[in-house]
Amino acid sequence: MEFTDFLWMTCGIFLTLATFSFLYKDNPFYKFAEHLVVGVSAGFFVIILWHNTLVPNLFQKLEDGDWYMLWLNSSEWWYIIPALLGVLMWTRFSKEYSWVSRWPMGLYIGISTGIAIPLEMANRVNKQLHAMMVEIDWANFFGADGFDLLSTTSGLAQLIIFLGTVAGLIYFFFSKEHKGVFGGVAKFGIWILMIGFGASFGYTVMARVSLFINRMQDTKAWGLEAFNANDIANPNYGSQYQIVFWALTLFVVGYIVKEIMQHLKSKNA
Amino acid sequence: MKVKLLIMVVMMLALSSFCFAQDNATEAGTEDTDTTAVVESIILPAPPGNLTGIDKPNDHGHAAILSWDLSPDDGAGENSVLKYEIYKWVPQLMLDINLVRDSLSVIQRILRNTTSGITEGTQADSMKIVFEKYSRDELFDIRNTLIAHVKQENTGLAEASNSYPENGAWLFVDKKPSGTKSFVHIGSKDFKSAGFVPDFANLYYRVDAVTIDGAKSSSKVLGPIQTSGQWYNTYRTPVVFSVLFFTLLTIYFVREARKGADLYVRPLGGIEAVDDAIGRATEMGRPILYVLGLGSAADIATIASFTILGRVAKKVAEYQTELLVPTYDPIVMTVAQEVVKSAYLDAGRPDAYKEDTVHFVTQSQFAYVAAVNGIMLRELPATNVYMGKFFAESLILAETGALAGSIQISGTDEIAQIPFFIVACDYTLIGEELYAASAYLGKEPVLLGSLKAQDYAKAAIILLAVIGVVLAQFEFGAAFVNLFEVAN
Repeated sequence: MEFTDFLWMTCGIFLTLATFSFLYKDNPFYKFAEHLVVGVSAGFFVIILWHNTLVPNLFQKLEDGDWYMLWLNSSEWWYIIPALLGVLMWTRFSKEYSWVSRWPMGLYIGISTGIAIPLEMANRVNKQLHAMMVEIDWANFFGADGFDLLSTTSGLAQLIIFLGTVAGLIYFFFSKEHKGVFGGVAKFGIWILMIGFGASFGYTVMARVSLFINRMQDTKAWGLEAFNANDIANPNYGSQYQIVFWALTLFVVGYIVKEIMQHLKSKNA
Repeated sequence: MKVKLLIMVVMMLALSSFCFAQDNATEAGTEDTDTTAVVESIILPAPPGNLTGIDKPNDHGHAAILSWDLSPDDGAGENSVLKYEIYKWVPQLMLDINLVRDSLSVIQRILRNTTSGITEGTQADSMKIVFEKYSRDELFDIRNTLIAHVKQENTGLAEASNSYPENGAWLFVDKKPSGTKSFVHIGSKDFKSAGFVPDFANLYYRVDAVTIDGAKSSSKVLGPIQTSGQWYNTYRTPVVFSVLFFTLLTIYFVREARKGADLYVRPLGGIEAVDDAIGRATEMGRPILYVLGLGSAADIATIASFTILGRVAKKVAEYQTELLVPTYDPIVMTVAQEVVKSAYLDAGRPDAYKEDTVHFVTQSQFAYVAAVNGIMLRELPATNVYMGKFFAESLILAETGALAGSIQISGTDEIAQIPFFIVACDYTLIGEELYAASAYLGKEPVLLGSLKAQDYAKAAIILLAVIGVVLAQFEFGAAFVNLFEVAN
């Protein structure tokens, strides 16, 4: 690995450790990492918006027009309309005319809602309702091989999905208090929901642990790279790689020692 | 002008064949040879029969559905059919336009590549040849001329199609494996695309049965057929009825609410806690942090969150507590500013409203989380409210809030994130409870009416589902079940 690449890798390791230090408490290293990522991402997104949104969706559409004609002679002149609406958002800088910015906002939310309602109705209501109306597989009620409670296609599984959905819907019924039989069904509904949430939680936590493992593997790779351990015939002892490695290590250890000393001091006081 | 255009087209085509030889290798090509002229020793398969075609229904046009009977040698007889090749007859004018389109495609790729820089030794590098000849502005002019040319010539396609079978050629469209009996030809609606299929123009198709040796037999030519778009998608009729039903319910209950009818809504734990949490923040002299999530202003969860934010802001204005609303989306920020400003006005405290109460952070997910986490630990808000659309950041936010000792109330319709809020927050609004909360808090007739309508719609869904499942167990029930099918 080139030394410059190693330096970038060291930066990554430092930022990883700085972020993990948040688990201990808020500290200057975490603050540095936080401000760096916020600042870099904000700048990055300005460029992304410019190149991926404004350039292809506006400037390139109006390219064949002329500025002195206000691009009205462009073959796709109608792109001027959203551009104007976008410009209206800048009226927020004026106290007197800031109300004008409500027009583009209203249009944006109105159009988006208009698109969302039929889509949501189709995908979250109609398709789900149709999917619920299944023919229960009575022949394989306990699973295809006679008895398999874990089968997801057995008649029993179909029935549980159906009953769970109905009970879940009843839980989300707000016009009636959850009491008596109605309350019992609603309770069954929330149990079904919680079982689902538990499974989802475990699944996602496992995915997060794998992310953590990845960062640890990177840290290990960084350490090995510092000593060129992957190439024993050509060790790097004494090179600039180790200087960087030991500098960061001492820095981290020094900070930990300082914190422990401070902690002990405050405890004794 | 035409001469200049032609020279340019030839030059560009030469370049395109040089630069994009690989890309074009698999693309569609013309086939104008006589299909019966095959090697004598190879036995021709029997052709597919009864080729029929219709305009694809319920679409925006530019698409046709073809179907045919299998060749007798497909899976039977000689059993020699390997695949079917679909061809479309196009007039000479279309082929001429396609030449210009190819040049246009090259120009556009050159212009696109120059925005991100040309890497030495790549295919794009060879585009420098063009730059030696033309400036960037000239290339834009050429591009615009080509677009105008294609646009103008396209208008003559419908008329040119009437010349079948003269002045045209068969164009390869696609291939399908043996055993296939139908094909949906979805053309492009973009007149600049090579796959453009004009609406209301005569289209002619044929299907060839092809053997492993390459011998092929053509079906009878199908045509003319025409494609067109439809204003109404009949596959979505159930959606229309659902929306109408829900709209009528909403109108009815909103009117009832306006008349003063007592519309009961059961108490929601999380929402009851909002007022207490604001009181706690006031007593402790600490701010309230309100996080609207990562959704856009058009997301239903974010819209519901705006209503709750309005309610919280009003209480905050009354109690003279500090409110912090860091936002992820600029539009959401703008709307949230309006909501908070109106709430302060309603509370009779417009002077207390500060412009930076609602502020933009960044549009990068984890950078936003890092910033909000920092706010939690430095400002130490007494109450954190998370309402809206959340993704992978939900647990990071909620855990940090718990670490900071804040009372936490959350609500989202993102099913995958609800578990994280449940384990780390004091109160969680699950899914639809978030929408209900906005109505419960506002007590406005429109919101209460729509909440009641939702409940009755749910009751109808449960009833229909039960009837549907019972009927689905019988053959005659299929007709009822199919009433609710929604296709794309």
